[in-house]
Amino acid sequence: MREISVLIGGKAGDGINQAGILLARLFSNMGYFVYMYFDYPSLIRGGHNFALIRASEKKISAHRLRIDYIIAINQDTVDFHKSKLRDQNNIIYDSDAINSSGQGLPLSKIIKEEGAKPIMRNSILMGAFARAIGIDYELLEGVIKKNISKELNLNLKLSARGYKSAKELLGLTALKKKSLPVLTGNEVFGLGLISAGLEAYVAYPMTPSSNILHFLASAADNFNLKVVHPESEIGVILMALGFSYKGRRVAVGTSGGGFCLMTEALSMAGMAELPLVIIVAQRAGPSTGIPTYTAQCDLHFVLSAGHGEFPRFVVAPGDSEEAYYWSNAALNISWKYQIPSIILSDKVLSEGAFSFDRESSGNSSREEAVLWKNEGAYKRYLNTDSGISPLAFAPNRGAFIKVNSYEHDEYGITTEDPKEIMPMYEKRLRKEKYLAQELIKYDAVKVYGNKKAEIALLCWGSNKGACIEVAESLGLKVIQPVVFSPFPRESFSDALKGVKKIIDVENNATAQLAGLIAKFGIFPDEKILKYDGRPFTIEELEEKVKAVIS
Amino acid sequence: MSAKELGTSAKNTWCPGCGNFAILNSVKTVLKSIQDDGTPIENVVLVSGIGCHAKIVDYINANSFYSIHGRATPVAEGIKLAGPELKVIGFAGDGDAYGEGIEHLVFAAKRNIDITMIIHNNRVYGLTTGQYTPTSPMGFMGRSTPKGTLEYPINPLELMLASGATFLARGFSHGLEQLKEIFKAAINHKGFSLVDILQVCVTFYNMYEYYDKRVYELKEHDPSNYSLALNKIREWNYHDEAPIALGVFYKKEKETFDGKFISAKKDINLDINANIDKVLADAS
Repeated sequence: MREISVLIGGKAGDGINQAGILLARLFSNMGYFVYMYFDYPSLIRGGHNFALIRASEKKISAHRLRIDYIIAINQDTVDFHKSKLRDQNNIIYDSDAINSSGQGLPLSKIIKEEGAKPIMRNSILMGAFARAIGIDYELLEGVIKKNISKELNLNLKLSARGYKSAKELLGLTALKKKSLPVLTGNEVFGLGLISAGLEAYVAYPMTPSSNILHFLASAADNFNLKVVHPESEIGVILMALGFSYKGRRVAVGTSGGGFCLMTEALSMAGMAELPLVIIVAQRAGPSTGIPTYTAQCDLHFVLSAGHGEFPRFVVAPGDSEEAYYWSNAALNISWKYQIPSIILSDKVLSEGAFSFDRESSGNSSREEAVLWKNEGAYKRYLNTDSGISPLAFAPNRGAFIKVNSYEHDEYGITTEDPKEIMPMYEKRLRKEKYLAQELIKYDAVKVYGNKKAEIALLCWGSNKGACIEVAESLGLKVIQPVVFSPFPRESFSDALKGVKKIIDVENNATAQLAGLIAKFGIFPDEKILKYDGRPFTIEELEEKVKAVIS
Repeated sequence: MSAKELGTSAKNTWCPGCGNFAILNSVKTVLKSIQDDGTPIENVVLVSGIGCHAKIVDYINANSFYSIHGRATPVAEGIKLAGPELKVIGFAGDGDAYGEGIEHLVFAAKRNIDITMIIHNNRVYGLTTGQYTPTSPMGFMGRSTPKGTLEYPINPLELMLASGATFLARGFSHGLEQLKEIFKAAINHKGFSLVDILQVCVTFYNMYEYYDKRVYELKEHDPSNYSLALNKIREWNYHDEAPIALGVFYKKEKETFDGKFISAKKDINLDINANIDKVLADAS
């Protein structure tokens, strides 16, 4: 398999993330599938940031431990990562700042000569790297033109200088395949919501969800969105429920701590039957935890968050196509069933960048909610067979729309009458039964690898990328539940048919998925758990899987 | 629609003599009056928090959102942003809006969003049976502070003025006609308006006699003058002995948050799929 892994590193403020995206798009223009993992500490300037860009002939969403190239802006990048390098000569670095083997370029000197800014060192390095992997300058030029708007000519001049001063090291052949766009998971979540008719997004910044807010705020004009950043996550969800009451398709985004603040109103969304999508991008907790690093530690939290009993839709996509498909589905389902939907992401999926194939992500359009036909007296909570009451929105001349956080009658007036309480309670819960039936037509549980294998890797969320590659290498099956509430028990049982050994792979310490399926009497035979804030590399996971199957 | 038709089948469960009746009756009258002035009733949305005050939305046959304790303000803001054509009126108690959800009031005032907040300020928690609130006087002996509170009250109007509210008034549940006037002015004000109502809780903190002796109507006061408004607002601090002014303290015309949102909308191509394709093309 033709593939390449490149690490670019420097200090925070050196523009590593942007340089990484540019590299990823360069590979994408060569016809490769790409994936980028971005690793950074919780600070604004200094520290050590690096992006790992992997390009492959096959679709990927995981990175390798071993790397083919290092592009270094500071000494730490070389010191921390050169042991992972296949060939110690494949380092392209700033010889004015770093002692290293490989190809050094006097970046400070060049920057000074050209009257450029230090951040533009990246352009010189891009040029040198393009030469090192033996690609035509024109290809790089095209990618730079598309991705850099500030001082384009100077950046082009710098990249050309880098290109000329470097020599070819390890070539990479361009593939005759179409070039896919490269987006972060957070951008794709935004687009998926938009495809289902998103009209408003309300959020308070919190890593790793903030880029959804940034992306939608910048795209607001093109999609006629109202994007609001209120005083707190409590303000966020309550404001969003105001949008929902008015009939505006709305979503909010946060991480674990922010979601904690939202749970009282989540419960109100359940009682008042107000549609709402909540994206919870997980990071390592508890509490502030390791804010810029990844984890899968909030599955049980989102499944049980909020007091009282009410139906909810919970989904955990594992790659960008799933992120698009399921954020669309979540918004449509929220409106169809008038329930809150929670999309569970994590740092790797949210802030990682992926080749995104919209066509293969599945049909994604807006589905209409059940609307009142303006006949008879309006009852906001009309008790129907499906539990779904037709919606009307203010202003409507023939209807007063009364929603209520108290238990209420069909009109929305508070009640404490036992004769009214049970039917209304059951009406709400009934919606979950119909949703579960509808979900049968969705790929709520996915299976990959050797489908006949007796050993299966069980995973969820962004771990699917590493699991699929390891399973393919070892001839195993992969089972990935995507929907968690209502849990697709039947599809899950089907996926387990013929499996004699289940190896549970999770980015947490307590095996939350294993805990969940234990309710159904299913117990994984082995657990491979990682909770240091970093995702599994393929080599690391393969070694651990081999140890438990041998 | 007459004030009578604005009633619902819900049984009123407020205590006899509760100050909330005056608010309910005034609001109904004002809702009728604004309809006569051209605002259809279906364009009005009432929002409440949780507490005795909040039952008001069950008692008025109009659009309503019965929310949770402390959170009427952000709900009202969301509805207004989503539907700028709507008149959004929020009701909240003093424990509710000045305690649990105080930050929302500060930010709504800061934004000058065009909603009206009516605060049923009885200076005691009624529904939870008699604890002190942010506006109870120092030394208030409630069920959570049997020896008296150890903290001074806040002056909510002073806080709101500092936060950027553009309409501030105080009413009293013994002054029905004045309440109607104030409510109507507050609802018609374009911007964030807040009315603090000395709404007496007859069961847990009956202050009728105390207020009756001290209240007076603001006359010859210039509400457009910030300094004069601040002085009048500071005259009584909700603790010390002082005359208690009723009426409109402050009123200023200023651009609203919701107004800016509408004007930000441009003539755009709303073919969502084409626009998504454009984002994807830019990401290659």
